[in-house]
Amino acid sequence: MQLRKHTLAATAVLGLALAGTAFADPAEDTLEVTTDDGVITLVTTAPAPDHLKDVFDTIWSGWHFRDDTTRDMQRDDFDNPSMVFVDRGLDSWNEAQGKGGESCAGCHQGPETMAGLRAVTPRVDAKTGKLMIVEDYINSCVTERMGLEPWGVTGNKMKDMLSLISLQSRGMVQNVAIDGPAAPFWEQGKEIYYTRYGQLEMSCANCHEDNYGKYIRSDHLSQGQVNGFPLYRLKDAGMVTAQQRFVGCVRDTRAETFKAGGPEFKALELYVASRGNGLSIEGVGVRH
Amino acid sequence: MTSQHWLVLAMAALLAGPAASETAPSAVTFEDGAIVASLTGTPGDAANGKKVMTTAALGNCVACHPIGAMPDVPFHGDIGPPLDGAADRWSEAKLRGLVANAKMTFDGTFMPAFYKTETYIRPGAGYSGKAPEGPLTPILSAQQVEDVVAYLLTLKD
Ligand code: HEC
Ligand code: HEC
Repeated sequence: MQLRKHTLAATAVLGLALAGTAFADPAEDTLEVTTDDGVITLVTTAPAPDHLKDVFDTIWSGWHFRDDTTRDMQRDDFDNPSMVFVDRGLDSWNEAQGKGGESCAGCHQGPETMAGLRAVTPRVDAKTGKLMIVEDYINSCVTERMGLEPWGVTGNKMKDMLSLISLQSRGMVQNVAIDGPAAPFWEQGKEIYYTRYGQLEMSCANCHEDNYGKYIRSDHLSQGQVNGFPLYRLKDAGMVTAQQRFVGCVRDTRAETFKAGGPEFKALELYVASRGNGLSIEGVGVRH
Repeated sequence: MTSQHWLVLAMAALLAGPAASETAPSAVTFEDGAIVASLTGTPGDAANGKKVMTTAALGNCVACHPIGAMPDVPFHGDIGPPLDGAADRWSEAKLRGLVANAKMTFDGTFMPAFYKTETYIRPGAGYSGKAPEGPLTPILSAQQVEDVVAYLLTLKD
């Protein structure tokens, strides 16, 4: 908050000469996180992946575009509000909640067995040929192996579990496959990314490719990367998943959105994730 | 929606609706990006124009444009060019065209068209994220466009 006021005052005093230059840059900063297991350094900026080279030289996590206070909250797990939800996820992981008393832990042991999954999803499941986000994997266990009704894709039970599972991949480099069986889904996601939806006729690219680093009213536009998700959003005082963020961004173009967890947004998540191949999974991040 | 609903809507539209002299969005003609005639025949109100330009649910022009003449309004975006001096650069007709549909002047521009109801991809009912239930209305009414133009005409260096 402090910083934002500062920026505004500077703009007012110096007039419009600053617009689009100095304060538009992503913050120069390094994300070292103090965890229970010591300090880890996350990759929050990297050379653009090959498929994006004609568009960007460098990719940046959304973390670089948030103010000092928000960035700081992600430096220490003690200050990161997401950890409350990770803890709830751990309780759920250990709880015998299946129809026959099954628990996640019963089949998978500790949550650390999930390390790596978040970094390679969305991915096409080798057995079914379906495009899977982590939520889909969770729900396939919930329904097929525990005999329960599927959890709501943006419901609290799902988000708690997603937070726990994502955290196991923290610090691993996001690396989703875009070729082979993933190719048609990736193409579909790319098409959505560049389509100008809604009465405002805006595409993801209009904001996050053409104008990242600039301000849209008080919002500092990032590259719209998903490596930080799920993340704690101060504005919502809760966890937000990539699927939910897509709904919000498309709604803001005065468009009829696609459904969270539906085929369009899953394809979009694959495409957007591929634009961040090379960045660390932060999940669970903090944004405002 | 039942036909009765439609009837009620149609009647409401007639009652609240455009004055006889108002040009509907689909009937607007552009000449080289400009709209020569007023959309309503009623002179614009610059004070209301400023309100439209700074209200998020209406024009929200300050979301993208810095406007030095509005130091009282917080958080100007910097995506579009500053609007100060706009009246020195553009005629009234051209400004009307820019507000109604800037794509007629700048091909493929990021700036939304504020007086248009057709050729959208998945338009929603306002900011609800849902499909609209009836025909779309433009983002700004004809008179709001005139009011914004009246304000823009005050922006002289
Ligand atoms: C009208 C502008 C606009 C459009 C269009 C838009 N977004 Fe966003 N988006 C924002 C703003 C503002 C934020 C919050 C600040 C930020 O991180 O950029 C945001 C944030 C995000 C984030 C969170 C990034 C982070 O690290 O917190 C993601 C992911 C995202 N957008 C993806 C998308 C995708 C995908 C689309 C298209 C389906 C899209 N956006 C369309 C304005 C937009
Ligand atoms: C989402 C961003 C956005 C919004 C909202 C927006 N504009 Fe723009 N506007 C632009 C961009 C970008 C340009 C530059 C045209 C181009 O090169 O594409 C522009 C150009 C203009 C120009 C010509 C600028 C000049 O003097 O050369 C005027 C006048 C203008 N806009 C007025 C408005 C008004 C009035 C509103 C609100 C009713 C508005 N704009 C809302 C993005 C926006």
